[in-house]
This record gives sequence, C-alpha cells and structure tokens, in this order.
Amino acid sequence: MPGPLELVRRLGSSVVDRIWRLGFATRFFFAILLHSGTAFRRLPLTLREIYFSGVLSLLIILVSGLFVGLVLGLQGYETLQRYGSTEALGILVALSLVRELGPVVAGLLFASRAGSSITAEIGLMKTTEQLKAMDMMAVNPIARVVAPRFWGGVISMPLLAAMFSAMGVFGGWLIGVVFIGVDDGAFWSQMQSSVDFRYDIMNGVIKSVVFGFAVSLIAVFEGYDSTPTAEGVSRAITRTVVTSAMTILALDFILTSFMFRGNS
Amino acid sequence: MTDDILVDIQDLHFQYDGRPVLQGINMQIPRGKVVAIMGGSGCGKTTLLRCIGGQLKPTGGSVRLESHQVCKMSEAELYRLRRRMGMLFQFGALFTDLSVFDNVAFPLREHTNLSEEMIRDLVLMKLEAVGLRGAHALMPGSLSGGMARRVALARAVALDPMLIMYDEPFTGLDPIALGVIGRLIRTLNDALGATSIMVTHDIQESLLIVDYIYFLNGGKVVAQGTPDEIRASTDPFVHQFVHAEPDGPVHFDYPAPSVLQDFLPGGAHARAA
Amino acid sequence: MNRTVLDLWVGFFVALGLAAVLFLALKVGNLSAAHLSETYVLQARFDNIGGLKVRGPVRSAGVLVGRIADIRFDPETYQAVVTMNIDGRYRFPRDTFASIYTAGLLGEQYIGFDVGGDDKMLQAGEMVRMTQSAVVLEKLISQFLFNKAAEGQDSK
Repeated sequence: MPGPLELVRRLGSSVVDRIWRLGFATRFFFAILLHSGTAFRRLPLTLREIYFSGVLSLLIILVSGLFVGLVLGLQGYETLQRYGSTEALGILVALSLVRELGPVVAGLLFASRAGSSITAEIGLMKTTEQLKAMDMMAVNPIARVVAPRFWGGVISMPLLAAMFSAMGVFGGWLIGVVFIGVDDGAFWSQMQSSVDFRYDIMNGVIKSVVFGFAVSLIAVFEGYDSTPTAEGVSRAITRTVVTSAMTILALDFILTSFMFRGNS
Repeated sequence: MTDDILVDIQDLHFQYDGRPVLQGINMQIPRGKVVAIMGGSGCGKTTLLRCIGGQLKPTGGSVRLESHQVCKMSEAELYRLRRRMGMLFQFGALFTDLSVFDNVAFPLREHTNLSEEMIRDLVLMKLEAVGLRGAHALMPGSLSGGMARRVALARAVALDPMLIMYDEPFTGLDPIALGVIGRLIRTLNDALGATSIMVTHDIQESLLIVDYIYFLNGGKVVAQGTPDEIRASTDPFVHQFVHAEPDGPVHFDYPAPSVLQDFLPGGAHARAA
Repeated sequence: MNRTVLDLWVGFFVALGLAAVLFLALKVGNLSAAHLSETYVLQARFDNIGGLKVRGPVRSAGVLVGRIADIRFDPETYQAVVTMNIDGRYRFPRDTFASIYTAGLLGEQYIGFDVGGDDKMLQAGEMVRMTQSAVVLEKLISQFLFNKAAEGQDSK
C-alpha cells in the first residue's frame, strides 16, 4: 500500500507527464505546419486522405445525423406540445444541431471512425519500420505521411459536421412535418427567423473546424508517438479516441462560452 | 587516409538512456567491397548502421562518408546524402499500402522527375534483377518473407546508390531464400559498383559472400579479417561464433547479481520489494 | 484504388459537404431572407424591457424592419436604453410609438413601431421619444386581483 506521499508523487508525475506530451504535441503541430508544403503541392496525396477520413466516414455521419434528427424531432415535439408551441420544433431542432450536436457528435464520430484508423495506420507504419525506411530514402515521413493525413482530416471534419447538421434537420422535419403533422411553413419560417447565419451557423462551422484540427492532430500525434509494438499501437488508438472525446467536449465548452455569451 | 575508403568510422561512442551501446568503434570500409558486421543480438550492430545513415547522432567520435562528416550534417544535407544510400530493413519495411511496383517506384517518384514510362522501365529492370518482374502487381501483404525482402532490395537499389546497407537481411528466411538473397547482395553490389555494409549474425552465409568481416561484442570491435582469416582464426570469440558454441567469451546469461544474492533471504530480491 | 474513382468520390464528398453548408445557410438560417444589408441606428428608452434580448426583432405592422443591437442600463435615469439597427429602406415619423410586445402568450418579446402622422422623419442616431414598456405578467395579475378585491369590498 503506497503512502500518501507516494500518491502525491504519482499524481505529480502524471501531471508532469501530461504537460510533456502536450508540449511534444505542440512541437509536432509546428513540424507538420513546417512540412505541409508537400501535402498541398502534391494534391493527390491529400485527396487520398480526404477519401479515407472523409468519404469513408460519410455513411456513419449521414445515418447518425438522420437518427439524431429523428430523436430530436420526437422529443422536442413531446416537450413543445405541452406549451402549445409545436411550430417552434424547427427552431429547436436546427439550433441544437447547428450550434452543438452537429460539430460535437460529428467530431466524436469522426474521432472514432477516422481518427482511430489514422492512428492505427501511422502506428503500424512505425512498427514495421516503414517510417524509418522512408526517412532513410531521404523522404521526410512528416511531410509524406503525417501532413497529408492531418490536412485530410482538417478538411473533412467541417464538411462532415455540416452534412450531419443538414441530415439532422431533415430528420427533424421528417418526424415533425411528415409523420406528426406540424405545419410545414411554420416549421421552416420559424426556423429561418431564429437561426442567424453569422451567429449560429458560422459559429457552428468554426467549432467544427477547431475540432477538425484537434482530432487530426491527436490522431497523427498518437500514431507517430506510439510505442512500436502491437500493444503500443492498440494503446495509442485507445488514447486517440479517449483524448479526442475529452478534448472535443472541453473545447466545445470553452468555445460556447465565448461565442454565445449571455445574449439570446 | 586513401580515397579507397568510403566509410571511415573513428572512435564512435553511443549511449542509449545512459547505457553505453557503442564504445569506441574504429572501422574502415573500402569502396566496392561487401563488408559484414557481426556479433550476437543486442551488441549494437543496428545502432552502428543507424549512425552511418545519420539516423542516430553518436555521443562521441565521428563517421566520415566520402568527404562528409555524417554526424555534423543538417537534416537537409543528410537528406541529400541519403539519396545516394540504400537500406534494406530487417523485415523489408515495404509500404503496405502500395503495390510492389509502386514500392520500387517510390524513391524514383520522390526524387526524380522521370516520365512514367521511364519509371516503369526502371522499376521493371530492378524487379527483374531480383527475379520478381512478374510480381509487380501484387500487394506486399501477399508476398512471402523472402519475396518481400527481394522487393525491398529492388527498392533500396532503385536510385543506384553508392552505399547499400543491410540490416539483418537473412533473418527468418528458409535456406533457399537465404541463399538467393546472399547471392543477390553480392551480384547487385558488383553490378552497381556500390559498397555494401551488412549487419548480420548469420556467419555461414556471410563467409561465402563478403570481402571482410568485423566482429562486434560489448560495443567494441573484437576481431576482424577476410573470410579466410576468420575461418582460420584461433581467437576464442571468433571460434565460438563460427562454430556456434554455447560456452566461450560471449555469455548466454544477461548480467545479473550472483545467484546467492538473488535467492538467499535478505538478498537482491528482498531489496527490490 | 483507381485514381479517377478516388478523385470522383472526393469530388462528390466535397460537393455534398458544400451543399450541406449551403442548405444550412439558405434553408435553415436566414441568410437569404431578412438580411439587413444597410442599416441605421435608432435608440429608445424604456422603463422596463421585460425579457427583450439583443438580436431580437423590431417590427412595424408585423413586418421585420430591424434588429436590436444593444441593451444597456442608464444609471442617471434608471431606464433601459435600447439601440436598434433599422433597415435602411424604411423611415419612420418622429412621433412613432415604440412598444414592447410579446409574440403569443409565451413567445419571444419584440419592439413594435406604431407609426404616427408627423411629416418629419427620425434621423439616424435619434431617440424614439414615445415608448411603452413591456407588460409584466406578474404586475398585470396583481393589478387584476387588486381590482377584484376592490370590487368585492364595494359590493359589500
């Protein structure tokens, strides 16, 4: 049984460890930026990564978006009905999706679908010495392997979040208007009068861009930093998903408190 | 120092986490030769190779390649130098997301502006040299260990390097594949007019193909000579290695406190708890 | 994977993503409608603004003519000063009456302009003189109860 002093020491060492990793990740981020030239000069490299992280996440994003919209429509209707203001269903569905659920849930799905596979791929390339081999062939692995995946993720994420929100609004409309019978005109007009482009939609897009940067960085960093063994890679994947989820939720809180302060 | 020496290693030291791995290596590798570096597992052979390629910075001493001081070069200079080096990794390290053809074409596409037809011809030529021209459309996952090693060899020589390094090229191969790789290393070296450094612990195969052998133990060069000298050597270390004897200067056991200390009460065991 | 097929998918993906953004902007948001391009500022003082919010609507005859830009408290008069961005296409007479209304029983609150007959128009930055504060439900109810009680006493 460790004494209290030992517990404090462990806490301290885990905090120090985390700060170290944060520092490494930041340095890694700048290294990626520095070596991003190749990723944009040779666009096919990045396009390929958009395919892997974006196109392959399409199905899960669209289906989840639809279901989240359906649930929002159903639950929102139940609640609004008590106050006799079911026409506000459009506002409720659209605002929840555009401001919060779209970026956050799409970010979480993106982290577990695309982020984990990016980590796994880079981790396995490291384990099988492919990164070292590339380095010996005078090809910088950060420029050739890491940066395209990073930018592929950064580009895909906001698009996926927008699709998620759009699909969710469609789902809410499907439940509210088609199945329950809320007035179609009221649904859209109330929504349009309350959802502001700059204030609501652009802030949602900004959130999704920030999440895209965060998740992509975490995914490539964990892969590149993984211990080159089977166990090390599997741990790195777990860390990617867990750290991404926590980072998204924490960033979401910070961004929300800055963006939607007090008013409305 | 004559110009015949391609790689000149002087008093090379390397520490990993405070544990000395290399302790004063001196080595001269002449142009056009195939040189083997041998020693038991974990004696620092691979570390030495990494130092020559500039992937690791030694803690002391110097590595000279032609007129370049490898340890003092910037990353950009190293990258320029590495275009003229080829390296075969232990398990080939083929890019698993690219086909055999694209793997061999990789260095050509990265470093040259050749047309696709030129690249195609070059790649097929290199694959022909290792006898795998027919396998160019396969993915690395569907290759056997020996074939993967040969593809990696074709990739390593794609840019006609002046120096080819082999990290354990024989590990995990059946005797036939082993012989094929061994012969390829020799013929490619002579055909390209390159110089080869081979890290291995496969003594019998090496004796057949190399020009010179260095023996490493405990981070130092303990013996060296041509294959004939090695075969005739009476040095106890070389003798143990060549004849694969369990007893000799190389210890089978990892260094540990004495048995008495570990197993008696109040010994190391009790201290560790 | 074939290059052309891959490019096709990525193109499709990006197009779909941009279409989603466009859908959000035009269909969900109010980028197309009620986008106030050129505005001028009017101010008004209220004794009580109730639940009025920044970015809330300003309507005249039920039509959206502007949005509330800022609400602050004036420590000298102890009133609320509301700044509004009014659509540049519309001008209002100087004797316009600004009142705070509620859309529906529990809906959002907005400022309504009841237009007077003055031939001089309000200029940018001017103050709307005549205002009517928000109706506070609690006050209304207590007033109603008070009147009832008074009636009861009278009939005795």
